[in-house]
Amino acid sequence: MTHADPVRLYRTVRLIRRFEERAIDLVRAGEIVGGIHPYLGQEGIAAGVCAALRDEDLVTGTHRGHGHVLAKGADPARMLAELCGRVTGLNRGRGGSMHAADFGVGVLGANAIVGAAGAILTGAVWARRRRGDDVVGATFFGDGAVNEGMLLEAFNLAALWRVPVLFVCENNGYATTMPVAGAVAGSIAGRAAAFGMPAAAVDGQDPEAVRDVTAAAVARMRAGGGPELVEAHTYRFDAHHTFEHQVRLDYRPPEEVAAGRARDPVDIQGARLPAPVRAEVDAAVEAELAAAVDFALAGPHPDPATALDHLYASGRTARTGGG
Amino acid sequence: MPRLSYRRALTRALADEMTRDGSVFLLGEDIRVAAANVTSGLLKRFGPERILDTPLSEQAFTSFATGAALAGARPVIEFQIPSLLFLVFEQIVNHAHKFPLMTGGQCAVPVTYLVPGSGSRTGWAGQHSDHPYSLFAHAGVTTVVPATPADAYGLLVSAIRCDDPVVVFAPAGAMEVRADVDAFDPVPLGRGVVRRSGSDVTVVAVGHLVHDALAVAEELAGQASVEVFDPRTVYPFDWDGLLASVARTGRLVVVDDANRSCGIAGEIIATVVERFRLAAPPRRVTRPDGAVLPFAPALDRAVQPGRDQLTAAIHLCLKDGS
Ligand SMILES: Cc1ncc(C[n+]2csc(CCOP(=O)(O)OP(=O)(O)O)c2C)c(N)n1
Ligand SMILES: [Mg+2]
Repeated sequence: MTHADPVRLYRTVRLIRRFEERAIDLVRAGEIVGGIHPYLGQEGIAAGVCAALRDEDLVTGTHRGHGHVLAKGADPARMLAELCGRVTGLNRGRGGSMHAADFGVGVLGANAIVGAAGAILTGAVWARRRRGDDVVGATFFGDGAVNEGMLLEAFNLAALWRVPVLFVCENNGYATTMPVAGAVAGSIAGRAAAFGMPAAAVDGQDPEAVRDVTAAAVARMRAGGGPELVEAHTYRFDAHHTFEHQVRLDYRPPEEVAAGRARDPVDIQGARLPAPVRAEVDAAVEAELAAAVDFALAGPHPDPATALDHLYASGRTARTGGG
Repeated sequence: MPRLSYRRALTRALADEMTRDGSVFLLGEDIRVAAANVTSGLLKRFGPERILDTPLSEQAFTSFATGAALAGARPVIEFQIPSLLFLVFEQIVNHAHKFPLMTGGQCAVPVTYLVPGSGSRTGWAGQHSDHPYSLFAHAGVTTVVPATPADAYGLLVSAIRCDDPVVVFAPAGAMEVRADVDAFDPVPLGRGVVRRSGSDVTVVAVGHLVHDALAVAEELAGQASVEVFDPRTVYPFDWDGLLASVARTGRLVVVDDANRSCGIAGEIIATVVERFRLAAPPRRVTRPDGAVLPFAPALDRAVQPGRDQLTAAIHLCLKDGS
């Protein structure tokens, strides 16, 4: 099986779907403190993009970042342990949902500041290529981020210096409660055009379509092309953040939510598989996640005496705050 | 006497000032639906012209407010997370703060920057848990950190009426405090208050830590008489109020949720020892140098100033010099 085959793609979207559902259960159970921004409904984008990347390629994610980290190849058990704040987590319990990172698989981190990661990824890809490594990058961001100056500045740097970065806009129609039409003057693709960057629109609910559009862009970039933008149209199936499960915010009409949920990337990709294959994948994912939950909850909590570990990479220790 | 939550005190201050003064308007992210539960009901009362939901363009909308203020409006910006103040530090410090002097007094910039839920919100981790009030004090921007519902109301009102930019930190650790509020009055900027009288040591506590200091003072009641001083405004600081307290007690401990190096606690101690001979070396309880709040709850707590640390600092201060 190649990296990009339909079964593998299905497995990834299914894994992210069930991971998020289990994570929401753990939020409700009080095991994940602070809540999460669920990626439910948007799985096809991370899965499709990462299926067209190589292991050594780099990505950055967002506050809604679990899917990006998993699709790039992080271990779901260690990811879940991170969400539960255990030392066995990807970031040793220091990062949590919005800062999950796994440099070993090219994930330079989810990022909690909207629009901030694109420039970071651009610099990372530039430096790796300068060292002679044949890598490209993909940076995920939402429709809300296209109004942040720093992201547009990153577009300019990447285009100016021809850094092969795929800017992946996950347009789910809203930035928290703000609809795209209320926030974006002009268009998202038009922002790319302003910097001379090619832009493509894709159905983000179709993992194979996302994979194909990414593969084409990545091929051009590997052949010496500059950055490109992909605008993936999608829908967030659940809350902006799990706090919305407690506090009702009224901004999406129920008919719209129903219509959005009707186009489910897991079902769209699943329908491409023979039923027994799909059932087999589902069972394997369940088993993997059951083990992941056990692993996460069995991990030790970090010792408060180590709270400042890793503050300085130079090994410097900081003065503590006591009297 | 109405019992009021801190959060609703902020809501009421916004509503009262918008009613009183037509030049006041609000802008921020998701404020029409009141995602932060502070601007609740205001869209209905004041309409979309005065309650502006912004795109995620913090730097631009912060300077947009500066421009509106230059043209006679009184904008109030709500920021969803405290760390966004790093993003707009340039707009506040290098523009809003500097315009009056740089223009030779041709203008005023009456903008209020409201940060509901500043500091740690347990579980929001590194990029959402900062408490950068000392940075604004360092820059010389008027900065308030109310601890109680009455002060949340009164200081926000004064901030909006002030002709200079004012940053209002509403600590997450104080947002759920409820109290009886007997009068809805403005609280003057730059005036602290003694929250509890005592004779052995003055504890200066900032924001939500006022409640921790009061609890510690109560716990120690049999052993030591602790005075708790709440500055309320961290810049400009009420030096006279604090020096009067220290003159009574002769000892000083500061508890402050800012990073240690160049935090407001350091400035408080320096100014007091410049002007007063304490009976014992002063002590401070702060965040560590360079604090980044780790995600895991036990680590997050370990990096914030705690009651145990405050108790220990008070004991040390009382033991020294006696
Ligand atoms: C610079 C910045 N502004 C505001 C926030 C608070 N915030 C977190 S997520 C979010 C909405 C983001 O919308 P979008 O980029 O469309 O991503 P989505 O949540 O829809 O995936 C906001 C306003 C933030 N984290 N960073
Ligand atoms: Mg969005």
